[in-house]
Amino acid sequence: MVGMTTAESFVLAIGTKKGLWLATSQDRRQWSFTGPHFLMAEIPSIGIDTREGRTRIMVGVRNEHWGPTVAHSDDLGTTWTEPEQGAIRFPEDTGAALERIWQIYPDAESRPGVVWAGAEPISVWKSTDGGEHFELNRGLWDHPHRSEWGAGYGGAAAHSIVVHPARETVHVAMSTGGVYRSLDGGTSWEARNRGISAYFMPDPNPEFGQCVHKIAADAAVDGRLYAQNHHGVYRTDDNAESWNSIAEGLPADFGFVMLTHPRREGTAWVVPLKADGERIPPNGELAVHRTDDAGGTWKRLSNGLPTGEYNSVLRDAASVDTAEPAGVYFGTRGGTVYASADEGETFAEVLAHLPDVLCVRAAVVAGA
Amino acid sequence: MPDITVVLPSILQPLAGGQSVLTAPTDGPVTVVKLLDSVTAGFPVLARRLRDETGALRRYVNIYVAGDEVRRLQGLETEVAPGQEVLVIQSVAGG
Repeated sequence: MVGMTTAESFVLAIGTKKGLWLATSQDRRQWSFTGPHFLMAEIPSIGIDTREGRTRIMVGVRNEHWGPTVAHSDDLGTTWTEPEQGAIRFPEDTGAALERIWQIYPDAESRPGVVWAGAEPISVWKSTDGGEHFELNRGLWDHPHRSEWGAGYGGAAAHSIVVHPARETVHVAMSTGGVYRSLDGGTSWEARNRGISAYFMPDPNPEFGQCVHKIAADAAVDGRLYAQNHHGVYRTDDNAESWNSIAEGLPADFGFVMLTHPRREGTAWVVPLKADGERIPPNGELAVHRTDDAGGTWKRLSNGLPTGEYNSVLRDAASVDTAEPAGVYFGTRGGTVYASADEGETFAEVLAHLPDVLCVRAAVVAGA
Repeated sequence: MPDITVVLPSILQPLAGGQSVLTAPTDGPVTVVKLLDSVTAGFPVLARRLRDETGALRRYVNIYVAGDEVRRLQGLETEVAPGQEVLVIQSVAGG
């Protein structure tokens, strides 16, 4: 067993269009909630940092009136701290202003204090003080492709950051622009989209310009990543040098979610939606799909999920925890959150009737 | 000369130490941008709620000088006379 001693429990953070809800559980079945925190502000990004013997919850907050900011709590939401000058602040010479924080990504255990953020306008940021202050990644900001990157429906943002736990390899995904890879810790970046279709462009196989919705790394196979694209589900086995379709066996190749197992090779989860022009679960039947063989085959998982569900699941509105078996969590734009304590075999509703769920994160923590 | 007063909505008052009105002493007319710089100097979080890091007024923040919203005047360069009251009011927006 991993991560299931009596001193441990689970934290589930749910960011919505109108605030944040926090839940704790001892067994991933019965949950106690607090919230809404940050009422009337949207919470599009959450990072739960369990390194260094503490649980720090970081949230990207965006109020329609008062703008975006980053706040953090070290006491499971009892108190929140917001750095006075703002944790993410564009340098004056850029002439840019922060619109929205799309991603907060604590780095590996081996890099304590390091937290990455992805934001709109398209930008990547790095903190070395546990998410209290971030520095703009200049390599990506000054990238020559920038003027040709576009905005997806939700805005132009860097929404996925995957950092290799040992090497200086960083993958970023942006909509629209595609996947970019750095081999030097973020100093320089190259587009890495070969094999990913951009059917909506004049050249459907461009170097960049793809609308990648989410990427995630296989924890056990070096150089293997998975991508849920704007139509298309892909895998790379060569560190994003080339991508191949793994959509066969899925009811649809559209969707936003891509999750990978915290340890086990070849296991990933997606939540298919019918199509770009029909963003609902196929036939209104909500289901998660899991592969255990790196996309060779997919298993439909709907035990405990409702039929007649017409809400979509957004790219960050899903998460896994690190327990054994891994927990799988997701929320819909209809405000219902589901949890599975058995890798998706069975789901149970944990909260309903919330505002649109934008972000879900779960973690195993000590003594919550 | 009489001070210029800046009246805050209740939601922002905790970011100004609980004050509902901030005052700026002045020896003549000042622009709204100078006025905001002055009254928010000790309240950086409040400053960020009103303007982004480029200095632009946030889209749904309205500032009224003598009953007119500054976007219909000279924006943040609108002059405020000593003794005038400036109102900060959020737009009616959202769903």
